[in-house]
Amino acid sequence: MSENKKIGSTYSIPIGPVHPALKEPILFTFKMNGELVEEVDFAPGECHRGIEWMGMRRNPVQIVHLTDRICGICGVSHSLAFARAVEQIAEIEVPERAHYVRTIIAEYERLQSHLLWAGVAAHELGFDTLFFLAWRVREESMDVIEYLTGNRVNYGIVQVGGVRRDFTEDQFPRIEASLKYYEDVAGKLLNLFLEDRTIQMRCKNTGVMSEKEALELCTVGPTARASGLAMDVRYDSPYAAYGDLDFTPVLPHQYLGLTNGDVYDRIVVRLLEVVQSVDLIRQCLENMPSGEVLWEKKYPKILAACKKATGEAVGRIEAPRGECLHYVRMDGNTNPQCWKVKASTYSNQMSWLNMLKGEQIADIPIVVASIDPCMSCTDRVAVVHGERTDILTKADLHRLSVEKTRRLAQWS
Amino acid sequence: MSFLPAIPEVLRQFFKRPATNLFPAKYLPSSVTKYLKSVQEGNAAINPPVETPPNFRGKILYDRDTCIGCKLCIRVCPANAIEFLPDTKKVRIFVTQCIFCSQCNDACPVDALHMSDEFLLADEDRYSENMIVE
Ligand code: SF4
Ligand code: SF4
Repeated sequence: MSENKKIGSTYSIPIGPVHPALKEPILFTFKMNGELVEEVDFAPGECHRGIEWMGMRRNPVQIVHLTDRICGICGVSHSLAFARAVEQIAEIEVPERAHYVRTIIAEYERLQSHLLWAGVAAHELGFDTLFFLAWRVREESMDVIEYLTGNRVNYGIVQVGGVRRDFTEDQFPRIEASLKYYEDVAGKLLNLFLEDRTIQMRCKNTGVMSEKEALELCTVGPTARASGLAMDVRYDSPYAAYGDLDFTPVLPHQYLGLTNGDVYDRIVVRLLEVVQSVDLIRQCLENMPSGEVLWEKKYPKILAACKKATGEAVGRIEAPRGECLHYVRMDGNTNPQCWKVKASTYSNQMSWLNMLKGEQIADIPIVVASIDPCMSCTDRVAVVHGERTDILTKADLHRLSVEKTRRLAQWS
Repeated sequence: MSFLPAIPEVLRQFFKRPATNLFPAKYLPSSVTKYLKSVQEGNAAINPPVETPPNFRGKILYDRDTCIGCKLCIRVCPANAIEFLPDTKKVRIFVTQCIFCSQCNDACPVDALHMSDEFLLADEDRYSENMIVE
């Protein structure tokens, strides 16, 4: 190896922000040594749309549907986290049945998101046959979501204080049929993905992250669980109906007998979570209490309750990619004083640096995809000065804040 | 072939009906405008789209006479797609701005707003007659 270390033997390749191998806009710079990645750097912030800015100029009832649009896949995770934050501030009691409706739709979202990811992972490996098969299977959950909520992607079902639509008994047979479909197809999916030699060769011992690293880098969701960390917001601090349901976090050793923390384990965890989601939806259907689904049907009353509210709260939920967190502060005005979104990829992205080190160029797409990144959820702070674009780091923000305090001190 | 489980599955898929609904035509026409024209003339038939689900939220419908001008829909619209017309005390909805959340439908006290099944809303002009509901 010593001759490889000679000056000039390394070179760097940029990948992104728009690149066919990446499904999300982000710029990577790899310092390579031959075929091997020596160092990685990445620059997010290409997908900033100022949603928080828009939110601070709207009332919570409006924002709740704006949150549907933060992510194209997690149509309900963000609205749920936001609604939970506002409900805590305004001390709104969500009806029992609404909790169950929220759980069912959140689990359907997990189903479709994980299957979408499985397809993308297959595609990144160059295995397009499996990609199409996985997306064919995913379509069933999209159809049910469309049937239940009215639209495929932006469900618009969560409202501050409950949900806008009830799932009625006559809709249950369609839900049941889809659960049956997934139970039948689950064995086949596990077989197609996990027994395949190509996938095993490409994914085993690729992009490894140990349990300790996963803990130290504050990873969340399936990425953390695939490294053996038993953490899941649904289980650790139950929200919606999860407290009533019987389940434990999915870990790779439950299937494989051991945990490697590689890309293969991440496939295992996500596929097993598909199976788990089916079970959770079934439990919800069996235990669904009757009653109202919205705390208050009259919109002026919801608006008034939100306006009266003062205080701050954090809404945490387990999105398909991991913990999703919304911080909201209300100060008695119509619009929130502050709204901050922290998506799961924000926590997970730092794990790329370790995972990619020592991997080959050809493995970059699958390792990058293995944490299921979502940049449109993550990119939250970007500042544009005319032609110049700055992404503010924590240090910059701190410096700006100190400067502003000084400025204000001078004036007074 | 236990290590390549996809192969038997692929062979099976060969004999299944394709999952994709071929809308609007079975094969991509060389010119879509020409194709649509020939549809209008009755020389070709459109392959119908998948049916919309029962609660589908498409282009908004406004019942002008029922509306009492309470402005509640404006307060709940996330996209600020609704404009109040002070002269007539009615509202105007910009479909290009609307995000199809149907929240105004839920909020309206007199049920003057509804969502239709219409979803093919592409237009060249965002202020065309088709894109403004009043
Ligand atoms: S459907 Fe939603 S976005 Fe469209 S006009 Fe009504 S409230 Fe506004
Ligand atoms: S909420 Fe209904 S009645 Fe009130 S202004 Fe809007 S459309 Fe008219």
